[in-house]
Order: sequence, then structure tokens, then C-alpha cells
Amino acid sequence: MFLQQLINGIALGSTYALIALGYTMVYGIITLINFAHGEIFMVGAFVGLLMVGYFKLNLFLAMAIAMIFCMIMGVLIEFIAYRPLRKSSRLSALISAIGVSIFLSSLAMMVFGANAKGFPSEAFPSHQIHIGKADISTLQLLIIGVSALLMLALEFIVQKTKIGKAMRATSEDYNTAALMGINVNFVISFTFALGSALAAAGGVLVGVLFNSVSFNMGMMAGLKAFAAAVLGGIGSIPGAMLGGLLLGVAEVFGVAIGYSSYRDAIAFAILVLVLLVRPTGLLGQKIQKKV
Amino acid sequence: MFQNMLNSLDPYTMQILVNIGIGIILALGLNIITGLTGQLSLGHAAFMSVGAFAGALLTIKTGVPFYLNILLSGLITAVVAAAIGWPILRLTGDYLAICTLGFAEIVKVVFLNLEVTNKALGLTVPTPRSDLSMPVIVLIVVVLVIAASAFIENSRFGRALKAIRDDEIAAESMGINIARYKVQSFAVSAFMAGVGGCLYAHFLGYINPSDFGFIKSIDMLSMVVLGGLGSIPGTVFGATILSAAPEFLRFMSQYRMLVYGALLVFLMVFRPNGLLGGIDFTGLVLRKLGVKPRGEIRKEGGH
Repeated sequence: MFLQQLINGIALGSTYALIALGYTMVYGIITLINFAHGEIFMVGAFVGLLMVGYFKLNLFLAMAIAMIFCMIMGVLIEFIAYRPLRKSSRLSALISAIGVSIFLSSLAMMVFGANAKGFPSEAFPSHQIHIGKADISTLQLLIIGVSALLMLALEFIVQKTKIGKAMRATSEDYNTAALMGINVNFVISFTFALGSALAAAGGVLVGVLFNSVSFNMGMMAGLKAFAAAVLGGIGSIPGAMLGGLLLGVAEVFGVAIGYSSYRDAIAFAILVLVLLVRPTGLLGQKIQKKV
Repeated sequence: MFQNMLNSLDPYTMQILVNIGIGIILALGLNIITGLTGQLSLGHAAFMSVGAFAGALLTIKTGVPFYLNILLSGLITAVVAAAIGWPILRLTGDYLAICTLGFAEIVKVVFLNLEVTNKALGLTVPTPRSDLSMPVIVLIVVVLVIAASAFIENSRFGRALKAIRDDEIAAESMGINIARYKVQSFAVSAFMAGVGGCLYAHFLGYINPSDFGFIKSIDMLSMVVLGGLGSIPGTVFGATILSAAPEFLRFMSQYRMLVYGALLVFLMVFRPNGLLGGIDFTGLVLRKLGVKPRGEIRKEGGH
């Protein structure tokens, strides 16, 4: 029972972590809470569904196409809605992000209708594996595996490549990075592309896991992923992974011990409690403000 | 006389006007904590829902006079806000924002599970007992809230809040008790949200915890930022436009929210400081009247 719930929790948590990574990277670089990120996750799920259901593509290929589509979309959104606002107040950019979010979700409702759609069952023929007393579906293993792979890839890009180094420099100090000859605009576009690709992958995985894709799925998932990013310490990549997993596991266990009607509040209750004890999140850096 | 004038309007226009009025009350409330004190709140709908349910339950269970009810709902909300604000207001920036968001979600889920709020079914609110009709009451409250906001902005309290917004460290070193002022402005802000919520509940006649979700908080925030953060005429203007926009966009029915979202982006990109942000209205009016604003007099003397 415990092992089973733990696996359920990790599977759910790793999708939260995938979305949270996009929030945390964007925040780390331009300190914007990108409220449109949840909708990118939703669009990713729809593109995946379209590829699997309509074009009869393999699930992995569909996921790759969804990731590329959302990459382009993320970069475009940044260019249209956030770049002109980079020098103005942060709240203006926040409202702009909310506008994008409302726009995308109503667009999805017009195109795909208000009802939830399911992935065809042959998309990923999952079966159960018995480990001890636990029943684990291969689908959950797939989700955990793909998420882990994507996070490793991200860690590689951020830590080992030149553009990753530029990303870290920009998030450390935007102006100094620009003075050192880093093309900051390109770094920001690249960050949006990376984050959106991860969100799209998360969208396809969640769509297959719950067998449901709807126009309003981005909202709650986005808020919880944002909570996960803050829980881990916003701006910190390992923090987002840890926060996502923690929230996923906590949510599954909360439901398992009988608080299912409080399901959506669990993540936020943990968030508030952690922030009261550690005001900068679990792995966040403490910033000493100077005059 | 006024009552007759309002009664001559058709119910549809009346409904839009009352919605605008309630929008103004809520937005001015949020403006105090976000515009004046500079603390981003992403969960103000929670305070609106506390006020709405407090008001509804007061009417149902006790039947107190409506004026007292409005006041009590506001006070209850303010007390709740102070209790929530005390621990979380020491968080800074976006950590505070996400905490208010978290609290709002928790409040919503708790209301969805409480017996007294009728769980997910929501409450039907009876028409309040009062001599004045609802639109008149809303109008009076709007005028009071605008006056209170203007008073707060120019008072010692308001100047302290603006100092905190502009530079917390500098404000603290000038002897301003940051924690106390933040909690107080949070409570004042929530008081107005509670009053707005109470009016909303009685005007609509039905409330459901799900109505006060994240979208509602965002609606309120959009009003404040769109009009011009920290500016009272701006906030009133923003609330008016955004409360009326869904009605004016009704002719394009299914494209309504699409256009609304695009409009938010468009307006922000072209007016980043809000529609009326950065305009000194007192100065404008004084100049029109031929009176030199105080700032200019001082400039002349300084040569």
C-alpha cells in the first residue's frame, strides 16, 4: 500500500516538477511569474492528443512534436507579450501574462470544445507489474522515466553547455551578464523555449495518465506547479524538482488517508507552512537586501 | 428623487451599474495593499468570499439590519485578514504573493467543505431588509470608499504605506514599524473587500465558494493595474471598464474571453503604467481652476 501510493505520488509529482521547472527558470532570469505557463502545458497536451488521435502517431513522436510546437509558442509569447514590458513595472508584465493565459484557454475552448477529451487506449498499452503487494502500471514507470530523462537533459544543458553557462550568468545578474557580451535576449528566448518544451512533455504525460485533456486543465496544474517552484525556492532548478515531487507525494497520501475533498488545498497548505518556517523555500538562496 | 431616477433605468443597465459599483469597491480595497503599500496580493477573492458568506449568514441566521450587516461583514473580514496577515506579511515580494494565493485556495476549499456554507451547493441569500434599494446602497458605499481611499492616501498612515512601497529599508530606518503598517493596510484592504463581498452576495442572491477562485482575484488585480496602480481615479476607471467590458463584448459571444485576454495584453504593452497611471489629477484640476499646485509654488521659492 505504502509503496503503491509512493509510486503514484512520484508519478504525479514528476509531472508537477516538469511544469515547475519552466516557472522557476523564467523567474530566475526575468523575475516574472509566467502565468501563461500552465496554458502552454495545456496546449502541449492538446497537440499530443491531436498527433496520437488524429495522425495516429507513436506517443513518443507525438510528445516530441508537442514539445517543438510549444517551444515556438513560448518564444513567440515572450516576444509579443513580455519583451515590450521588460523595462516597465513587474505587475504590468504579470497582467500581460494573465491576458495571454485567458487568451490561450479560451482559444483552446473554441477550437477543441468545452468537454474533456481522452487519449485513445492504444496510445500507450499499459499493463500492471506486481512488486511485492504493489500494483504499478507501466504507464507510471514511463512517466517517471521520461521525466527523469528530461530533467537530466536539462541539468546537462544548464551545467555543461555554453548557453547553460550564459543562462546561469543572466539569472545571477542580468545587467552584468549583458555587459560581458552575453546576448541576453537570446538567453531569455532560449529559457522560454526550454521551459515550454518541458511543460508540453508534462502535458502529454498528464493527458495519458488521467486520460483526460481539457481547455481548463492548465489553471490548477499551473498554480500547483508554481506552488512547487516556490516551495523548492523559486529560481532554483533542483528546488523545483524537489518541490514538485514533494507536492505530488503529499497530495496522493493526503487523498489516500481520506482528505480527498481537500485535495486541491493540500499543496497550498504545505506551501504556506514551509514558507512560514523557511521564507525562501527549501533550496532557495537567502538574499540580503542592501541599501 | 435619486431613487426615482435610478428606478427609471431598465434592470439590465441597473445590473451593469451595480456590478461596476461593486467592482470599484473591490478594486479600491485591493489598491490599498497592492497600489499603496506595494504588496502583491493574488488572493483577494478570498476576502471577498469571507465577506460574502459572513454577510449572507448574518442575514439568514440573525437578520440584523442591512447597514449593520455590511459593517459587520467588513469587520469580520478585516479580523480574518489581520490573523492571516500577521504571520505571512513578513514574507517579501513574490513569496508573499504566492502565500496569499495559497490562502485563497485554502479558504475556497474549506468553504466548499463546511456544513454552514452549504458545501458545494452554495447559499441562497434573501433580499436584505432596508428602506433604500440595492443600487442606492451600492452608490453610497462607493462614494464612502472613494472618500476613505482619498483620505487614507493623504493621511499620515497613507504616507507611511507609500514609504514602505518605495523603499522598505529606508522606511524602516525612518522609524516606520513595517510589520504593523503592513498588517493594518492588509486589514483595511480586506475590510473593503468584505464590504464588496457582502454587497455582491445580497445583490446576486446566490453565492458559491467556487465563484471566488483565482480568476476573481485576477479580475480585481487587472482592474487596479489596468487603471493605474496606486491611483484612485485610475482604479475607479479600470474597475469601470473591466466590469463593463464583458457586457459590451457580449455581442461577440463566444469570442468574448478571447478578446478580453488579447485586450489585457494589448493595453499593457501600449500603456505599461495603466490607462491613467502617472497622471496628477489634483494638479490638473487645480491648474484648470487657476490655482497653482503646491509643488510649483515651492519650485519658484527655491531659486
